[in-house]
Amino acid sequence: MAGITGKDAALTAYANALANEAPKGRSLTQDALRRLFNNKAALVSIFVLIAIVLFALVGPYLLPWTYDKVDWSAIRKPPDWAKGHYFGTDQNGRDMLARTLQGTQMSLLVAAVATVVSVVIGILYGAIAGYFGGKIDAVMMRFVDIMYALPYILFVIILVVIFGRSPVLLFVGIGCLEWLTMARIVRGQTLSIKQREFIEAAKAGGAGPFTIIFRHIVPNLTGPVVIYATLTVPEIILTESFLSYLGLGVQEPQTSLGTLISDGAPVAEALPWLLFTPAAILVVMLLCLSYLGDGLRDALDPKDR
Amino acid sequence: MADVLVVDDLDVTFALHDSEVKAVSDLDFTLAEGETLAVVGESGSGKSQAFLSIMGLLARNGKASGRAMLGDVNLIGMAPDRLDTHRGKDIAMIFQDPMTSLNPTLKIKTQLAEVLVRHQGYDKDKANRAVIEMLERVGIPEPVKRANAYPHELSGGMRQRVMIAMALLCKPKVLIADEPTTALDVTVQAQMLDLFKNLTNDFGTALVLITHDLGVVAGVADRMMVMYGGRCIEKGPTDTLFYDPRHPYTLGLLHSTPHVAKRAKRLDPIQGLPPSLEHLPRGCAFHPRCAFRFERCFEERPPLLPVEDVREKACWYQGELKYEEVA
Amino acid sequence: MLDRTEDLLKIENLSKNFSISAGLFARPFQLRALQDINFTVKRGETLGIVGESGCGKSTLGRCILQLLAPDEGRVLWLGQDITKLPAEEMRQKRRDLQIIFQDPLASLNPRMTVGEIIADPLRTLMPEVNAKERRERVLRTMEAVGLLPEMINRYPHEFSGGQAQRIGIARALISEPKLIVCDEPVSALDVSIQAQILNLLSDLKDEFGLTLIFISHNLSVVRHVSDRILVLYLGRIVELADGDDLYDDPKHPYTRALLTAVPIPDPKRARQRTIEGLVGEIPSPINQPSGCTFRTRCRYAEERCAQVRPPLEVIAGGRNVACIRWQELDLKPGA
Ligand SMILES: Nc1ncnc2c1ncn2[C@@H]1O[C@H](COP(=O)(O)OP(=O)(O)OP(=O)(O)O)[C@@H](O)[C@H]1O
Ligand SMILES: Nc1ncnc2c1ncn2[C@@H]1O[C@H](COP(=O)(O)OP(=O)(O)OP(=O)(O)O)[C@@H](O)[C@H]1O
Ligand code: SF4
Ligand code: SF4
Ligand SMILES: [Mg+2]
Ligand SMILES: [Mg+2]
Repeated sequence: MAGITGKDAALTAYANALANEAPKGRSLTQDALRRLFNNKAALVSIFVLIAIVLFALVGPYLLPWTYDKVDWSAIRKPPDWAKGHYFGTDQNGRDMLARTLQGTQMSLLVAAVATVVSVVIGILYGAIAGYFGGKIDAVMMRFVDIMYALPYILFVIILVVIFGRSPVLLFVGIGCLEWLTMARIVRGQTLSIKQREFIEAAKAGGAGPFTIIFRHIVPNLTGPVVIYATLTVPEIILTESFLSYLGLGVQEPQTSLGTLISDGAPVAEALPWLLFTPAAILVVMLLCLSYLGDGLRDALDPKDR
Repeated sequence: MADVLVVDDLDVTFALHDSEVKAVSDLDFTLAEGETLAVVGESGSGKSQAFLSIMGLLARNGKASGRAMLGDVNLIGMAPDRLDTHRGKDIAMIFQDPMTSLNPTLKIKTQLAEVLVRHQGYDKDKANRAVIEMLERVGIPEPVKRANAYPHELSGGMRQRVMIAMALLCKPKVLIADEPTTALDVTVQAQMLDLFKNLTNDFGTALVLITHDLGVVAGVADRMMVMYGGRCIEKGPTDTLFYDPRHPYTLGLLHSTPHVAKRAKRLDPIQGLPPSLEHLPRGCAFHPRCAFRFERCFEERPPLLPVEDVREKACWYQGELKYEEVA
Repeated sequence: MLDRTEDLLKIENLSKNFSISAGLFARPFQLRALQDINFTVKRGETLGIVGESGCGKSTLGRCILQLLAPDEGRVLWLGQDITKLPAEEMRQKRRDLQIIFQDPLASLNPRMTVGEIIADPLRTLMPEVNAKERRERVLRTMEAVGLLPEMINRYPHEFSGGQAQRIGIARALISEPKLIVCDEPVSALDVSIQAQILNLLSDLKDEFGLTLIFISHNLSVVRHVSDRILVLYLGRIVELADGDDLYDDPKHPYTRALLTAVPIPDPKRARQRTIEGLVGEIPSPINQPSGCTFRTRCRYAEERCAQVRPPLEVIAGGRNVACIRWQELDLKPGA
């Protein structure tokens, strides 16, 4: 195209100027974020979640007690402001607030690790199966079906045996199981994106299968992936609670929201503060995540575009 | 001939999040018995919404005002249950995609007969016979067999015929066809337009043909109305508008349409893009694209005024429309 | 100057079937989308392809570009068969062969900016071009198709159909192709925008010495842009001729039927002519009629039309026609 017109030199200068100055368009993501921020419930949820995360990370440094320090003078005591046990102590005399914050940290960490692992595996697996289709797809998805059919808890027990009781490794393992649903969703989306003309345009432009998958398909999966991720986080928090309940989860003196709740539940009548704090945080977090999920679904709804 | 539909001052507005958009403004027209009126304009010019409002079929955020007199009743603002006594009986509408208006789970016969039972009080046998007769009339081969088919078993052209048959069952005074042939192949389109011509002759039905294809208009319309930015900008008999357009937009449309018999080297398109209704230009809405504009056009909106006896246009420019004349 | 006699592209005996699954245990149907297609495209010409919906126009375009693998036959690009090229060699060829699609918005990746979309073929086809030069070429191409440089960082959904189609055209142009397949490039556009795009294509063609294959169901549009016109019916070529010859003196009954059915934007002529509608509907491409596939709708059909499949004959004027009665019939308009 060299020398279409005599304006090349001028254009080059213009090009350089524009490199920084051309007005930025609004991407679909920005559009969706704007819609999300117009949704009050979602906005409040985001703030509450950020507050919980910040508090869980920073809070422990501001408290007089750490989560594993035993206060022999205050065992099983209700909230006591003078001693700095703002939310009381547990049966071993450890500060409940400090433990709850540590538990929140732990729950968030496992949820984040497991979600990231499941999203990454799910996207890759689903996009590859969906894009290549045919026999590859049939084999890959049959494998997913088989995995679905196997009992989940059996796997977890095997994982615990393999990984020992390192919580993060355990939840990498759980993420490795959670990807099944993600892979199905992504595969379905990929099948429909694959039909769109811009994929054909990319092929005509010489792009190979993996360029197409990573440059053209994966970015268009944002909607379902983000929505599904907001649903996965609470699911994993609940899974963790369940595993802790079975004694397969986090190990003492570390704790998690699930462990705290399962410890607090049997004595809730006598020592209600043992249950109240972790339960309240868990419930608030789950509620916020579900409002956020709803908000995202509306904001990313393609019908609105 | 008697006027069957008289529309006066029709406005259609849609409420948006925090504003409103006027999709149709100040629309006036009359429709005589047996006449075919073509409504032409580009996408978003308000063609469909104008007639959906007359049928009482606007989306929930839409509101119509003005008058649409069908005989001596005003259809605008009429309560839905009263509208139902007219819709399908005195005035009917068909759409581009017939599948959206046919129930996929019912046989053709059942759907069509129901219209007659409801509006004309026919008994079932009589209704069925009338349905078969009408299917034959709109050119469906083996009507008895086809009447027992489900919509998805018919081809696109057949389904559109079924829709026309359904619309004509009660011999309505007015039939509104919104892009009825846009989705069809040319050969089927030609059959369809032929069918429209015969039906308006035989039944005396007045036909409103909404389309963006001037070729379709030329073949069947008696009069035409050109819309731009929600307003009628020129209307009159088809021949006069085709051979002697007075509005620059009408001229532009004609020059943009390729003609199979004449191979011009280049078309003479209208520059620029159609406006969005939310940001209509001041003055004449067409002025950013108009080759004939002058100062007045930027500030004052031209009203739709009669030129000669039979036609009206909304344009300040009074000279002859020749591209060469423009500096 | 261009050598307008050179065969840029030659299609030989091309066929394409699709398998339509008929349920778990049944044998799949064979849908014959294209059968025995033969034609050539000369350098610098515009070849129009017309036909009704489902006749195989898009399939043909995709087979030419190797976006679909034909079942039989060869596609010769400058004398070389490209149907069996290794992937990497085919990728090199793609610089020369580009495509423009019907749905302007659907053919643009919604997550990419205009600049990224237009640059995409460059990134994959010519990785040696660095980012700065790529950007300059993008801007030059944008100018050539009438897009403003400040649109470069915007996203497709911020554009109207006509502008989106310009983006698609820019993407096809950027690798400096020799041949562009335009698959219904204006069918989704408003009349005034359609005219702008048609003019743009004809300007670009002159400016860059392009060869175009222009696919459309609209005979008026095809006639306007094409030097020669190829008429498809049920996946077969029924007629191929110079635009004027085809219009003034069609040799195939189907061509004539199309010509009489095309809407004419001229009321007097439109009223005068009689529309010779075709009887019946297009047969299904799965169960095609024996002999001449057009015979179920042909008003000139005879008994022998059911027995022999009319071959595509070369007749005077370098035309092709596939009808056993073409010599006896006078199909001129008005005849
Ligand atoms: N429910 C709605 N809410 C807001 N605006 C609407 C709504 N329905 C239609 N509109 C607007 O009304 C305008 C006119 O639409 P209309 O359907 O009448 O166009 P048209 O002339 O029929 O175009 P086309 O040829 O595309 O069918 C459009 O610009 C559209 O954006
Ligand atoms: N991937 C596919 N699988 C099965 N059948 C297909 C496929 N693609 C096309 N077909 C069929 O092949 C035939 C030709 O299709 P094609 O899209 O080429 O038609 P066309 O002439 O481009 O039609 P249109 O004008 O509707 O675009 C049609 O009957 C279509 O249903
Ligand atoms: S009023 Fe002015 S701008 Fe509008 S169409 Fe007439 S000449 Fe053009
Ligand atoms: S071969 Fe026979 S059926 Fe086919 S087009 Fe010619 S006359 Fe018609
Ligand atoms: Mg409409
Ligand atoms: Mg096609």
